Amino acid sequence: MRFANMLWNLLLGALLLSPGGVGATGEPAPDFTLPARGGDEIRLSDLRGQVVMINFWATWCGPCRQEMPLLEQVHARYEPLGFTLLGINVEPDSSAARKWLEQVPVSFPILFDTESIVAERFGVEGMPSTVFVDRAGRVRHVHRGYKPGDEARYADLIRGLVKE
Amino acid sequence: MKSLLLPAALVTALALSGCGHLEPWVKPYERQNFADPIMSDNRDPVSAAYLNHVFEAREGARGAVGSHGGGCGCN
Amino acid sequence: MRVLLIVCLSAATLSSVSDAAVLPDDRADVLYHRYQGGGVTVDGPSVLVRKKFAEKYSVSANYYVDLISSASIDVVTTASPYSERREQASLGFDALNGKTRYSLSFTNSDENDYTANTASLDLSQDLFGDLTTLSLGYSQGWDEVRKRGDPVFSEDVDRRNYRLGLSQIVTPQLMVNVAYEVITDEGYLNNPYRSVRYLDADSATGYSYQGEIYPRTRTSNAASLATRYFLPYRAAIHGEYRYFTDTWGIDANTLRVGYTHPWQQWIFEVGYRWYGQSAADFYSDLFPYQDAQNFLGRDKELASFTSHMLSAGATFELPAFGWGFLQRSTVNFFYDWTRYDYDDFRDVRQGGAPGTESLYGFDANVIRLFFSGWF
Repeated sequence: MRFANMLWNLLLGALLLSPGGVGATGEPAPDFTLPARGGDEIRLSDLRGQVVMINFWATWCGPCRQEMPLLEQVHARYEPLGFTLLGINVEPDSSAARKWLEQVPVSFPILFDTESIVAERFGVEGMPSTVFVDRAGRVRHVHRGYKPGDEARYADLIRGLVKE
Repeated sequence: MKSLLLPAALVTALALSGCGHLEPWVKPYERQNFADPIMSDNRDPVSAAYLNHVFEAREGARGAVGSHGGGCGCN
Repeated sequence: MRVLLIVCLSAATLSSVSDAAVLPDDRADVLYHRYQGGGVTVDGPSVLVRKKFAEKYSVSANYYVDLISSASIDVVTTASPYSERREQASLGFDALNGKTRYSLSFTNSDENDYTANTASLDLSQDLFGDLTTLSLGYSQGWDEVRKRGDPVFSEDVDRRNYRLGLSQIVTPQLMVNVAYEVITDEGYLNNPYRSVRYLDADSATGYSYQGEIYPRTRTSNAASLATRYFLPYRAAIHGEYRYFTDTWGIDANTLRVGYTHPWQQWIFEVGYRWYGQSAADFYSDLFPYQDAQNFLGRDKELASFTSHMLSAGATFELPAFGWGFLQRSTVNFFYDWTRYDYDDFRDVRQGGAPGTESLYGFDANVIRLFFSGWF
């Protein structure tokens, strides 16, 4: 039984290993320009000097929807310290996202990556995925998924990055 | 027969892991169809279990029904 | 008369089906089920409640009742119509640890002459970028068979199920499932009330009855392949095939196809199922003489037969009335019509020389009416 257990854990370890995506820790974050909700466009390199938290989400993803109000709280709290949160919606059809945001309004920019080009550039490996970019434009941390309580981790990371 | 099942499953999984790392060809952000309830194999578990009971009570065959996959793949 | 129980299947209610990395949603379902056909009417409720705790655990409970009113062909030819009640209760625990989901469930089923207890353990693991889900399962069942009118009669059945499954997302529109299950039964596997018939020139009808005798063990293997495909205009088609074989000589094929079509607040479904089975080795509608074989069976469930089923159903998403704690709710109605035609089971009520009576067949209607709420 213990041998079977060990074998199981071994093969799990082998199967679950995944390489770092392009958005790997320490590398410069890939630049992008995406249309935002208001109609204008936002470019990541324009935000250099601020700490940027990029959240990849979709309306069909339960944990993503669950996370949104908490992201709003994070944005409201840290924005005055030189921090921006970008919500990148990866759905090919943005209408579902726009409709959902009427129910759950957020004040941070929502960008539409309808062809998943930016998601691919960042090597998104799970939904949701949250990328933390420092003031120099480098990826410092990638957080995959969302479970209640993760927002505390986000707060810790942001506090560390805004001090730089 | 039955005592071979667990070792067989483990050997299969190990063999698969020997393929080296596989890059997922359907990306996590391309899974919106599987999050749709119409693509769920078991949208109504109570109803499906009942229908299965109707068959098993009247037929000789049993087993190999149900699945544990698909879905949005979140988290 | 004892109703044949498939209790381990109740585990299917609770070993819920969703991808391994997320626990199933909190929900409550209240179902009314009704089966009517072949002289048998069985109806009753099935209620399920499922709730998450601390985002790591999900607990579920199911209560199910069969109210049986039976005047089936077996009953009217060898006994008398009866009514019975079977109650079943299940409890399930699901835990999530990273990409692995563990499910444990217990089920107890009780009627006046049969008690079944089942424990199940299932493991579900997401692999290969969550495109693949591997699942393993084991169930252990302990049954007690009793006999009405004979307080001393008590026999046991030991049941073991071994399950292996693989679910694979192939393209953004297609998913494929393969499943394999081995089931072993050991103990008193027949029905204490059922009989077989044999040619008897001394009898007025030309045949007589004796009690059935089954082997004390049965091992079965089942393998299935299922696919589900998303159509570009938002609809889904699915198809399943299962092959079954066991040590009693029964070989069976099952084929199911279905189409799901959403429209505004509705989801419509239509489906067809074909089932064909070849008889058990020790089955016969009419044995040549008494004690003709070591094992004797005349249960039509072990006969050669084919079955067709046509299904249609609709789900309606109720508007968010502001029910308070209910986020979402649906009302559902499903209707199935099924037909069974036997190749080697005869309808002795029709009369005629033994062995020449017309072959038996029957229709049945199945209704499922239920309300589901998510909170």
